[in-house]
Parts: sequence; structure tokens; C-alpha cells
Amino acid sequence: MTDSQTRATTWHEIVLATLKANDVKLVVYVPDRVFTPLIKAIHADQFFTAFAATREEEALGIVTGAWMGGLRGAVLMQTSGFATIPNALASLVVPCQIPALIFVSERGTLGEFNLGQALVCKTMRPVLNSLAVENITITRQDELAFTIDRSIKQAVATQAPVAFILSPLLTGGKVFGA
Amino acid sequence: MTAKPAGAIGAHNAKVMNRFELTKRLVAQLKRDEAVIGGIGNANFDLWASGQRPQNFYMLGSMGLAIPIALGVALAQPRRHVLALEGDGSLLMQLGCLATVAERAPKNLTIVVWDNGIYQITGSQPTASASAADLVAIARGAGIASSAWAADEADFDRLAASALKAQAPSLIAVRIDDKPAVATTDRDPVQIRERFMRGLGVKGDVVS
Repeated sequence: MTDSQTRATTWHEIVLATLKANDVKLVVYVPDRVFTPLIKAIHADQFFTAFAATREEEALGIVTGAWMGGLRGAVLMQTSGFATIPNALASLVVPCQIPALIFVSERGTLGEFNLGQALVCKTMRPVLNSLAVENITITRQDELAFTIDRSIKQAVATQAPVAFILSPLLTGGKVFGA
Repeated sequence: MTAKPAGAIGAHNAKVMNRFELTKRLVAQLKRDEAVIGGIGNANFDLWASGQRPQNFYMLGSMGLAIPIALGVALAQPRRHVLALEGDGSLLMQLGCLATVAERAPKNLTIVVWDNGIYQITGSQPTASASAADLVAIARGAGIASSAWAADEADFDRLAASALKAQAPSLIAVRIDDKPAVATTDRDPVQIRERFMRGLGVKGDVVS
């Protein structure tokens, strides 16, 4: 664990420090309200190359190319956006053995107001499980750094993608009117 | 506002050429271990048939992602030129990636679009580019200023040579005939990916 990981006091500081500690320099995202503090902090840090893709599967294509070129990348998305990526997972990332790091802000549970998010949320884990994609739901900040740090190392070592589903219990989620 | 550069031609004036012939002409220009991403279907089949360079990546699924994959390689290896070969149907599926490329503006990325106006591999149903959509106008509108139709083979060679030296991303659109690809890529994604990474010097000691 690096000093910056130990000093981090919020979930987004921990995620940023852990990406940095694992040399994940490329972050491609489709925006999400819950991830906004993480995205802002990543943009503010010269270590990262960060930008928005127009669609989540496009972001997966970009980090796949980057990995093959020797650059580690992560994709950030909200739950509804997950519904755009099963084809890219099943026909590119999984068969080509790409250690794509996928961070999903979990919507559709624990007080969701948006029906669309709620239904996609129910499909997310079954899709990941049926593709045998490692997926970990994180609810506790005291387990966050360890979980992400070890799982990134496993993804790279085993050449396999991993999805981190960040629960509202960790991030606070998004509530109606917020 | 978006006036065409002098000498630029429209799609209707472009000669109808052959994808395999032009793929060979393009690959013949690659002298610096440029990376080439072949989009799903005939684009990568003809790339395969043109000679299996270790710097070629053949996409067996994920329709529409040749340009995003090429952008990722271009960001990872800014000193290597990267080309994406994509069909009209595939590009129409993922038009947003043109805006992303324009916004990132990598100096080392060239997009070649093979436009035969059909979804050739699924039974030759017409694409929107057969009658309505102008892919070069779309690319310019997305912000890729250096986008052009190739008038004929010699013009394609010139556009490709210029794109390989450019300081901004380029798109070359080519009207092609409906001839199928001349070979089929071996369907082994792990081997394709592994060979490509070695060809890019990321793994092993094949290329520095």
C-alpha cells in the first residue's frame, strides 16, 4: 500500500490512489453524477490521461487498444451504461483476454428513483457471471483499497477483465432531487 | 463554413475500387511498423490476405470498435502510426467515435473507410451510405478536418502518404465494389492478440 493510498480518506481518493499505485494511466468514462468527484480529481491529476467516450462500448474498445499497446486503462460508467457493453465483453475483451478494469457506479438499488437504472441493475451481475467476468461489489470503504489493488494485480496477472461495482453504501449513491 | 478544400471530390465522383487491391497498396506504404486494426468482416479478411504482419490486429467481433481500438493503440504508442480499416456499416454503428478521435486529435491515427453501401457479409442489405449518408461529411462534421474521398487509386496512394506524415488524424473514404474478401482470418483471438502485442514490442523481444 502506498502512502497516498493510506492517507486517502474518501472512496474516490482511495480509487484514484489505487489506480495510480498500479500504473493505470488511462481513464475513459461516460459521465455519472456519483463518480463526478472521482472524475474531477482524475482530470486534475497530470498522471492520468482522462476523457469521455460517447458510449461505454467505445470506452472498452479504447482501453483494449491501449492495453495491447502497453498502457493500462480503466473504464468508468453508470449502471444503465453497462447495458451497452455485453457484446464488447463477449466478442472482444473476454476472448482476447484483456485485463480491462471496469468501474460501475451502482444505480437501481437502495433508493433508486429511475426505473431504467433499476432494471439494468438486475441484469448486470447475471451477465458478468455468465461471461465468467470477475465482479466484486464493494460496500465498505475499509475494504476498498485492498479489494481494488489486489484485483487489478490479479486481472493483469491472469489476463482477465474485472468489474468493480461500487455500491451506494460506499459512494452514497444518487437520490431523487440530488 | 465547412467548404470542401480545393480539389476535393464528392462520393458520387469517386471511382469504385476494390478493397483487396487497395489494402495491398496501403500495406505497401507501411515502412515503419505501423499498427493496423482490421474491422470486423471483410475489412480484416482482406488485411489478413494482404500478408500477416505482426503489427496487424484482426477484429473477429465487437462490430464498430476498430476505430476505438486504434485510438487506444495510438494513445499508448504516440511514436507509432496506427491505422483503422473499417467498413461503412461498422462505422455507422459507432459514429460517436469520430467525435472522440477529433477531440483527442492524435497525430498518429489514420482511418480508412471501405464504403460499398452494403452490409456485405450478412446478405448485402443496403447501408444508409448507399443513398443518404456521406461518411466524409459526417467525419468533417465530427471535427476530423482532414477527411476526403479517394478519387481513384493514385489519389488513394497520395492521401495515404499524406495521412502517414500528418500532424492530425485523417480519414480516407473509399468507394469499393461488392467483391467478397479473398481469404478468411484464422479465428483464434488469443493468438491474434498475443502476436499483435509482440509485434508492437509490448511483449517478448521480437520488436523494440
